[in-house]
Amino acid sequence: MTTAGANEAVSGADLVETLSESEVAKIEAECAHLPDRQSAAIDALMIVQEHRGWVSDASLFAIARLLGMSAEALDAVATFYNRIYRQPVGRHVVMLCDSVSCYVMGADRLAEQVKAHLGIDFGETTPDDRFTLLPIVCLGACDRAPTMLVGEELVTDVEAGRLDDIFARFE
Amino acid sequence: MDKPLTERIGQNGGQVVDIDAYEAGGGYAGARRALTTMTPEEVIDLVKDANLRGRGGAGFPTGVKWGFVPQGDAAGTGPKYLVCNADEMEPGTFKDRYLMTFDPHLLIEGVVVAAYAIGAERAYVFLRGEYFEPFRALEGAIADAAGRKYLGDGIFGGEFNLDLRLHRSAGRYICGEETALLNALEGKRAQPRLKPPFPPASGAWGRPTVVNNVETLCCVPAILRNGADWFRDLGLTDDAGTKIYGVSGRVNNPGLWELPMGTTIREIIETHAAGMRNGYKLRGLLPGGASTDFLVPEEHLDLPMDYGSIAAAGSRMGTGTMILMDDSICPVDMSRNLQHFFAQESCGFCTPCREGLPWLEELLTDIEEGRGTLEDIDILEKNGAFIGAPGNTFCLHAAGAIEPLQSALKYFRDDFEAHVREGRCPYRERKGDG
Repeated sequence: MTTAGANEAVSGADLVETLSESEVAKIEAECAHLPDRQSAAIDALMIVQEHRGWVSDASLFAIARLLGMSAEALDAVATFYNRIYRQPVGRHVVMLCDSVSCYVMGADRLAEQVKAHLGIDFGETTPDDRFTLLPIVCLGACDRAPTMLVGEELVTDVEAGRLDDIFARFE
Repeated sequence: MDKPLTERIGQNGGQVVDIDAYEAGGGYAGARRALTTMTPEEVIDLVKDANLRGRGGAGFPTGVKWGFVPQGDAAGTGPKYLVCNADEMEPGTFKDRYLMTFDPHLLIEGVVVAAYAIGAERAYVFLRGEYFEPFRALEGAIADAAGRKYLGDGIFGGEFNLDLRLHRSAGRYICGEETALLNALEGKRAQPRLKPPFPPASGAWGRPTVVNNVETLCCVPAILRNGADWFRDLGLTDDAGTKIYGVSGRVNNPGLWELPMGTTIREIIETHAAGMRNGYKLRGLLPGGASTDFLVPEEHLDLPMDYGSIAAAGSRMGTGTMILMDDSICPVDMSRNLQHFFAQESCGFCTPCREGLPWLEELLTDIEEGRGTLEDIDILEKNGAFIGAPGNTFCLHAAGAIEPLQSALKYFRDDFEAHVREGRCPYRERKGDG
C-alpha cells in the first residue's frame, strides 16, 4: 500500500464519512443483488473512482469498512486491475495500445512520438493535469491499427501528423 | 450465402440494429420458439445436433457444455448462472466488439436461449472495461429488450425469468480465462481456479455456471429458427456454421468477414483482405490471436480455417482473427513484443508463468539488441517447453504464451541465429517504414 499524503487521514471514524451519500448509495445498490458484500469490491472501487478520479488510501479504507473486509484484501484487488488507479491521474487518460497488431503497424515508433508530443513518459501526467499516458493491451480494433483510447474515445489509424488534432479535442 | 451473424448489420447499412430492425429481420423468433414450444433438454439437444463449437478459441461443443449443468433437484438450492464472456482481450481479436456494437440484440437473444436451456435465472455479460461503444449499445438494448418483456419476469408471457446484468471489467487479460473471470465477477483478484470442478458443476459463487463467448451465443438464435441441419450445412468442412474471420497487418483491406466455417486462409487473405500491400511480402501469420502458433505461407495458405485443420498443422484456429507478419517485421522483435504482453498479463499465481515469462522476454530483448548467444536460443526452446507444459501451471496462460514462441523458433530460426551472428538486428534500418 502506498503511503498516504500528509493531508489524508488513514485511520479514525471520519474515514467512512469520506464517501459521499451518492457513492454509498451506488455501492449499496450493487451489494443488494450480490450474495455477499465483498463481491461488490470491484464495483465499489470503480464507483468511488468515477467520483474522485482515483482511489486514495483514505478512500480504500472507507470502502473496505463499508464492505466489511480488510483494506489489505481490498488493495490486493485494487492493484490487480488496469483500470483502477491508486495514484492521481490527469483529466484524460491516454491509453496507447502496445499489443501485436498495433506493433506490426508501427506502435513502437508511435509511442515515442506520443511521448514527445505530450512531453511525458508512460505512467506520467502532464504538469497541467490534462493527460496521463499509459500503455494498454489490445483495444480490439486491430483492422484500424495503431489505436489508442483518450478518455472514453477510441481513436484509430493513429498517425503522428494527427496528434495535434486528436489531443486538441480534450481540454 | 447465409450470414446469420451479420446479415442484419448489412441490411441496416452498417448502422446499429435497434430492436425494431432486429425483430423485422426475424429477431427474437428463435428465443420465442425455444421458450414457448421446447423443453430445455430439447434446446440442448438441438444445439448439440447443430455441432456448435465455442468461438472464444477453445472450440468446446456448446451443447455438451450446457448438458453438464445439473437440472432439477440435482442442481441443489440457489441460482444458476449464465455468463457471457465479452472480455475480448486476445491481441489481434476484434470480432466481439463488432457484434456487440452493431447487433446487441443478437447477443441478448442468445443469452436468453442459453439461460433457458441450463435453467439459469441470472445472467451476466462480462464486458471488457475499455469497450465503451459496446457498453452503450448493450445498455440501451438490454433496456429495450426488458421493455418488451424479452428479459425480466415472465419472458414471452411464460414462466421463465431472467435477470441480465452488464459487468464492466476492471481490466486484465487473464479475465478471459473462464474461472479467472468468475473470480473477477465475485469481486476478487482474477486468478484462475484449479479445475476440476469445472464451472458447470461449481462456478460463480460455487453454483452451476456456464461461460460462453459472445460469438458463440450469437450463433444460437438462428439455430433455433432454422434448425441443426441448416447450421451444419453452412460449414464447408467438418465444423458447422459461419465464422467471423478477421485480418490485421499490412494488407490492402484489413477487416472482418462472416464466411463459411472452413474458408481457406488463402481466400481470407487474398480475396477478402485484398492481399498484401504493395511492396510487402507475407512471411508468417498467427491464425487466431497472439496465443496461437505461427503458420507460414509456404505450407499453410490452402488450409481451411476450422478447428481440426489448423490443429493438425500444429496451431489453433483460436479466435479466427489472424495477425499477419510481413517481411519488414523482425520475427525476434515481434516475439519480444508477444512475450512482453504475456509476461505483463500473467496473474502471478504460478511460478513458471510469473518468473518464466519475464525471463523469456529478457532473453528475446538481449537477442534483438545484439547481446544474445546461441545458448540463449536453446534456453528459449527448452525452458519455453517447460514453462508451457500443461500441468505445470493452473491455467493455459503460459502454454498460450509459448505457442507463438516455439513456432517462431521453428519457422524463423535463421533470423534468431543471424541476430547472434551479426550482433545486431538485421531489420533495424528497415523498421517503421510503413
